[in-house]
Amino acid sequence: MIETADQIFVLLKHWLVGFLPATWQPVAGVVLSVVAIIAFFPALFALTVWIERKGLGRMQNRIGPNRVGPLGILQPVADAIKSLIKEDIVPLSADAAVHFLAPLLLVAAVFMGFAVLPMGRNMTLVNMDAGLLFYFAMGASTELAVFMAGWSSRNKYSLLGAMRAVAQMISYEVPLLMSSVAVVMMTGSLSLTKIVAAQNHYTWGLPHWYIFTPWGFAGFVMYAIATTAETNRSPFDLPEGESELVAGYHTEYSGFKFALFFLGEYLAMFSISGLGATLFLGGWSAPFSFLGWVPSWIWFFSKLMLSICVFIWMRGTLPRLRQDQLMNFAWKFVLPLTLLNLLVAALWRFLGEGWERWVVCSAILLLAYAFMGWEGMRRGHLGPRRYRYAE
Amino acid sequence: MSLVFYAIAGLTLAGALAAVLLKNTVHCALALTVAFAGQALLFLELDAQFAGFAQILVYIGAVAVLVVFAILLTRGSETPKDGVYSRNWLAGLVIAAGVFAVLGWAVLGSARALPHETAAPTVTVLQIGNALMSRYVLPLEIVALLLTAALIGAVIVAMHEKEGHK
Amino acid sequence: MLGEGILRGLAETARNFAGSFVSAERLTTVQYPEQRIAPMEATRDFPFLVYDGADWEAGLRCVACQICEKECPPQCIYIEKSKDKKPDFTGKPQFYPARFDIDISVCMSCQICVEVCPFEAIKMDTEFELSTEDRFGGLLLNREKLAKPNEHYHKIHPAEAAEVDARLAGEKDKADAKAKAAAEAAAAKAAANVAAPAGPEAAPGGNAAGNPTAKPVEGESRA
Repeated sequence: MIETADQIFVLLKHWLVGFLPATWQPVAGVVLSVVAIIAFFPALFALTVWIERKGLGRMQNRIGPNRVGPLGILQPVADAIKSLIKEDIVPLSADAAVHFLAPLLLVAAVFMGFAVLPMGRNMTLVNMDAGLLFYFAMGASTELAVFMAGWSSRNKYSLLGAMRAVAQMISYEVPLLMSSVAVVMMTGSLSLTKIVAAQNHYTWGLPHWYIFTPWGFAGFVMYAIATTAETNRSPFDLPEGESELVAGYHTEYSGFKFALFFLGEYLAMFSISGLGATLFLGGWSAPFSFLGWVPSWIWFFSKLMLSICVFIWMRGTLPRLRQDQLMNFAWKFVLPLTLLNLLVAALWRFLGEGWERWVVCSAILLLAYAFMGWEGMRRGHLGPRRYRYAE
Repeated sequence: MSLVFYAIAGLTLAGALAAVLLKNTVHCALALTVAFAGQALLFLELDAQFAGFAQILVYIGAVAVLVVFAILLTRGSETPKDGVYSRNWLAGLVIAAGVFAVLGWAVLGSARALPHETAAPTVTVLQIGNALMSRYVLPLEIVALLLTAALIGAVIVAMHEKEGHK
Repeated sequence: MLGEGILRGLAETARNFAGSFVSAERLTTVQYPEQRIAPMEATRDFPFLVYDGADWEAGLRCVACQICEKECPPQCIYIEKSKDKKPDFTGKPQFYPARFDIDISVCMSCQICVEVCPFEAIKMDTEFELSTEDRFGGLLLNREKLAKPNEHYHKIHPAEAAEVDARLAGEKDKADAKAKAAAEAAAAKAAANVAAPAGPEAAPGGNAAGNPTAKPVEGESRA
């Protein structure tokens, strides 16, 4: 019974595919999974938009949308209809082909990333040996789409916004990969299913998730920072925030293409949160061994939605970072700490089991963090702003 | 030599040809990206997963972005008024044909040396990692040094410009 | 330490989020149009004309002096004087406006017309839900739409209205007292005229002296 609930989607797929002749079955299975992903994640996107607007509203001492349905639940539907029926304006001097292709490339690249996420036991679409590498390769393609969008609009401000967005995404790509490399190092494989399987053990009821180790915790924090920057989320949303002030890389897009950019951003958030859950939070494994009867896909999506809620929480709290502050932070703070994290992960492995490795690794990481933080605040790069007044 | 290979090869060739024949430089860069993607697909068709994904990550994610940044920061995206073909296009064609002949002879020569119907060895990422760290560690470290030198050089050049402005 | 500020900020936002479900001070939204905030005493939106009594035409305080039309900065008031006169609240015959139009799409609510009106005839209303689909005449208010009773003025600006009423009552009393004094003087004069066998020259002189017109009240009413 528990097994059935856990594998319900797999069983459903096998049953549906069983209606077709044997030669068509593998292809049909893959097509069915793809259709399920393409149908499910945009629905999750609509739900997330509603959660975000209500959640941000409550954090800002106001109610979110509450007119369109009970509690405003139909607001995403209204937004979708609005974006579909809006006029699609393409500037006269814009490069029509590139302008058209940019949102398509973005959404396509982001959807590809979902193919390797293990969403439950036996629920990975393609179980690749180099799954993590595939994921990051697809993530790199989104940068090109952002640049294409900004350039094809023939708008100085769009181009500037696109350059900044690409610079930001490239700068934070390195800490993102480095913090994942620590996980790969400890697991010994790039395959995401193996990484989840390595975390699916319990001692005294507590799981072996990587976040519960010093290097894993530091890695997770840096992964979260890099993720927020990669998806252009607050407080790293200067490319989008410019849209409110001057322009941004998607300023010349209206109607459905803009909705595609929006969709692409949120889908990127989902897939990268899913990856973070897989790498550090144990993927589809339950937090305590006695909760193992809950289906695995529920755990995965709970962790994903928890990450999304933390994203929304950070958006409601933090002011936007300026471009130079953002870049300084990436290159001078996060990157050295990720390199140190690799070293600490190796130390963890070679010190062997016992309490010493906890103390040593935690001490190294905390001291490094405190020192770099103190140094950054002393120099004035990080921390509260210091004012100089004319005498 | 299956249909898939022909399709991917066609895509790569189309991208590469467009990269040299188009007028707008940024279009050329994007067509080059299509050629890179075609190459990655070729690697994947040969079951070299690591090489294929590394190709996408490095070439499309970094090199293509570098190329477009370079175009935009230097000459802008205006299309040249006169044609893109230089006057000595015949000499260029002859040289390209010569290079292609040499490469083709080398590849076909090596293919003749190997038997035709061998199963391709499955190379896992684990094996690549082991080889990089044991047999090829020295080239790896040299490449790392080279990249570090390039990074430091770029920083120094950029810093110099800032001081030059002052 | 680095990151402390962020954590404190996150805690504050979480407190806001949780508190918005339980306490009213963390959720200050007023769900317009079902709930409204009561306007303050000094709220002003667009002008209206005050009338005393029940009949708006007879009780309209405006005497078409056209001072507000001249002082209005965007010139949104248009007044046409009447040809005849009718008595005002003190009994003196005054002109009245045959047309009084205010274009509230032009009006900028500066209140200058209220400040310069010598007759307390035009005051600021608090009505703002005036949007209309008629884009040619919907925002041009004529005399009839602008005229609102004194009771309305009391309702929206109670303190101000009480003060205005007191002042006008004071002037009315003064005018009445003066009229009574003049009437008594005229009566005394007439009685003296009847008693004394005066010639016909005394009668026109007595009439001229006993003119019951009230003196201009501007000098006293400007506070």
